[in-house]
Order: sequence, then C-alpha cells, then structure tokens
Amino acid sequence: MTSVQLAVASGQSGQMSRQMGDNHRRFLQTMMSIGIVDDHGAKALYQHCCETHNVQCPPDRLDDFIETINSKLQPLFMQIRKGMSEDNGQEHYALVNMAQTDVTRMSSDYADNELELFKKTLELIVGSENGTVSSTDILNSTDSMTTKKLKKSETEHLLSRLVHDKWLNETKGEYTLSTRCIIEMEPYIRTMYQDQVSVCHICHTIVFQCQICENPICGIKIHNPCVARYFKGRAEPRCPACNDFWPHEIPEIRRPRSQSRR
Amino acid sequence: MTNRKRLSSTQTPSQSRDEDDDPTFTQPSTSQVQRGLERLSTAQVDQRAAEVVQYILMKDQKKVPVRRTDLVKHVVKDYRNIYPEIMKRAARSFDQVFGLKLVEIDTKNHMYILINKLEYTEAASSISSPTNPKRALLFVILSVVFMKGGVVRENLIWNTLKKLRVDPGEKHEEFGDVKKLVTDEFVRQRYLEYVRIPHTEPIEYEFHWGQRADAEVSRAKILQFMGQLHEQDPQSWTQQYREAHSSPSSAQPSTSSQR
Ligand SMILES: [Zn+2]
Ligand SMILES: [Zn+2]
Repeated sequence: MTSVQLAVASGQSGQMSRQMGDNHRRFLQTMMSIGIVDDHGAKALYQHCCETHNVQCPPDRLDDFIETINSKLQPLFMQIRKGMSEDNGQEHYALVNMAQTDVTRMSSDYADNELELFKKTLELIVGSENGTVSSTDILNSTDSMTTKKLKKSETEHLLSRLVHDKWLNETKGEYTLSTRCIIEMEPYIRTMYQDQVSVCHICHTIVFQCQICENPICGIKIHNPCVARYFKGRAEPRCPACNDFWPHEIPEIRRPRSQSRR
Repeated sequence: MTNRKRLSSTQTPSQSRDEDDDPTFTQPSTSQVQRGLERLSTAQVDQRAAEVVQYILMKDQKKVPVRRTDLVKHVVKDYRNIYPEIMKRAARSFDQVFGLKLVEIDTKNHMYILINKLEYTEAASSISSPTNPKRALLFVILSVVFMKGGVVRENLIWNTLKKLRVDPGEKHEEFGDVKKLVTDEFVRQRYLEYVRIPHTEPIEYEFHWGQRADAEVSRAKILQFMGQLHEQDPQSWTQQYREAHSSPSSAQPSTSSQR
C-alpha cells in the first residue's frame, strides 16, 4: 500500500467515527426543542438516545458524542456549546446559532421594541458591578426607548416572558443573565461591550455575577462558584492576583442535584 | 379543463404552473441550474443552503409551513437561478444531520414543512417538557377521528373533550383557549384540518387528519393505544387495523421496539 492510500484509508476511518446515527439526531432534535440542558440532563438524554437506537453509550464519551454532532453542525453555523451556570457552577450544554449571535436571533419571538428593551437590560447588566439589575432600573430605562415605548405592564409581561424563554433569571425583583443567554450571546457581548466585559480570574470565561477584589489597583472578578471551589478549605482567603485579603463571604460549593429543578 | 398551450419543451407541467401562482419566481430549468452552478463555488452554494436550513428550522419551531415565495425573497435571493440545487442540499442536511424530512405539502402554493423521521419516544419528550399535555390532547383528537373513519363532526370532538374535563367553552388552566388551540394552532401546524361542512344551517365544521399527522403519527400506535384503553385486541377493529397496517402514508418505521 502506498503512503497516499494509507492516508486516504486512515482519513476515512477517522470520518467513519464521526458519522452521525439516529442516536445523535435524536439528541440534536431534543436540544433544538429545549435549547439548554444541564450536564446531568445531557447525560440522561445521551443514554436515552443511545438505548433507543440500540447503540453502546460509554458514560464518559458524552463530549465525543457531542463533538460528532458539532462536526456536522458546523457547516450549518450551529454548535452545541458548553458553559457554566453562574448560580451553581454546574456545566450546561446549549445549542447555539453562530450565524446570528446577537439579539436578532430572538426576532422571531419578540417585537422590535421588546428587543430594544432586552438590549437595554443587557447593557445595564453588563455595566453593573456584579451582573444584576433591578426591575425598577429596567422600568426606568423604558423612558429612553427610541422604538414604541413599553408601558409598565407590558414591560413586566415582557420580563416574565424573557425569564420563561430562559434568557433572563429573576430572584426577588433582581434580574441576571441566564446560563443560556451567556453561552449564546457571549461573542456578541464581547464585541459590543469590549471595554466593560470582564473575565473570571479562575476559569477565564466571561463573568457577570461575581465577587470582586477590593484592592483598587487589582479589582479582579471571580464567579461565585469559582470562589467557592478556589477558596475551599483555605484558612485565610487571599486574592489569587494581588494576594490581598479576600474580604467576602466564601459561598458553599452547591451540590446542583440536591436542589430541586423547579 | 382546456389544454393550455403553455408548455415549452424544456418545462414540465408543474413548472409551468409556477408562473400562475407566483409571478416573482419561475422554477429554473435544469440547464439554467447547471449554468448557474458553474459560476459559483461549492462553498457559496453550501453557505446559501445552510441559510435555508436555518430559516426553515426557525419557522418550524412554531410548526408553521414555509412558503417558497418567502424562502426565495428572504434567503435564496440572487441564487434563485439554482433554487432546486439549494433545496436539494438543504433537504440532505435535514435528513442526515437532523433526522428530519423536508416535504412540500402543497405543490400548488409551494409550502414546505419538516417531518420527523425519528419515532416519537415518551422519554425524550419528558426531558424536553415534563408532561406534554398539548400533545396528549392532540393524540386524543386524532384517535377519535381515526376510529370514526377519518372524519368527525366537531360536536363529537367537543363532547369527547368535555368528558375529559376539557371544556372548549371555558378557559383551561393548561391549554388556555381550547377551541383556539384545536381549530387554530393544531390546524396551522397541519396536524388537523378543520373544514366547513357544505349546506349546513347553522354552519357546522368537521375534523380530518392534517398532513403533518399523516406523516408523523403512527395509526398502528393509535390503535394500540385504543386497545389498551378499551382492553380490546386492536385487530378487532378490522377496518382500522387494515388501514393502520397497509397505509403507505404511515411513515413510521416498525413500532415493535416500543412497549
Ligand atoms: Zn469562573
Ligand atoms: Zn486582588
């Protein structure tokens, strides 16, 4: 066999392992209808899809499985991307559309003025110190709308829809970006708000909800779950960048599954 | 119908019809497509096909059929001269990547829908939505229509639903406006057809299976479900059993793996 033939042969076998089966297709279809799933859900779904189509599913091969799907999705400008929940540090998988990573990808579900208000909310969150914005601030920002101004009740309704559609999270009138929103919109946010966006000092991904070093010449940000993991078991927490005392309360590492998924 | 003399030698009958329905678009001939493709790179054609895939997927999330006119106007645009090739590639992606079949449901108005080639499984749907009550409601209606021979007056459907404590006259906790869901949403999604019965006073309507139901829902499974419900052998409904197991439109593969 010549080296060319060998190369062709090995190239083909590489391709073979990347072939999609109905198990991959079922996984992808479910991702299309749910948009995002946490890692436990993804594993369960992976198992279900493989069992349904009588294919072996080694538990540690989920990422390979998704890689196979991604290799076929990429030419279609789509991808299943992994990201972390800023609330509990749990890994999530989201199906993202890379052709439109900005808010226009929501345009089939939201009117122009609704999108404008969502953009304003995004701006307020990105500009805030720890990634949250109050409903009052969002309501006030409707005053500067250039499209048809939303009434108070309309704004409230829109916010609950954005929470329902998993773009925003809400606790006690404070809004944060959902995991799905962060995974999907990260490239957009990075380009739009270059100067305001920060990256977590520990995991190097984009950060909104966080703790901040109080040393004014340092001021690094760390995700709350990353704080929990990094400082776990350390007697005197110190900033990993400037070594100043870390004055914040260290959160507990949350066990994602012990909390119900309501 | 008179024999209209509009067929040129390069056009098939279905192509000549296009001119009537959609003045902005004429299906290009094979040789036009060929010439168009020579001027474009594979990457260019693939890119446009990918945009078509995205567009149809977006529309399909709401289960609304996609009109060819819109597809050409918003996505295909200046590549309309190679439209058949673009659609061929888009259909291939749907098939190979998503397990979906792109089907032209209306050859006169050129409308497309996506049909799932994978069999519906309970577990996958329980992951996607804990309980899928709308799907259950639809299944009940499709069952009634099927068992009654394919067409049912609307009153029978409303009475059946009332027995299940779903009153079309009242706002339902889960479904909201039940009548709207059934006669509008399910109809737009092509699961049901809701048509007026001619010469009725007052006006009456009847239900049929829609095209999406024909393609996606297994009649054999409905019969199985009815069998369980009535503790009866599905074969005892001779007529329906024959239809369920002979109908070429029941696109579902064998259901033997399902319990
Ligand atoms: Zn981090
Ligand atoms: Zn510091």
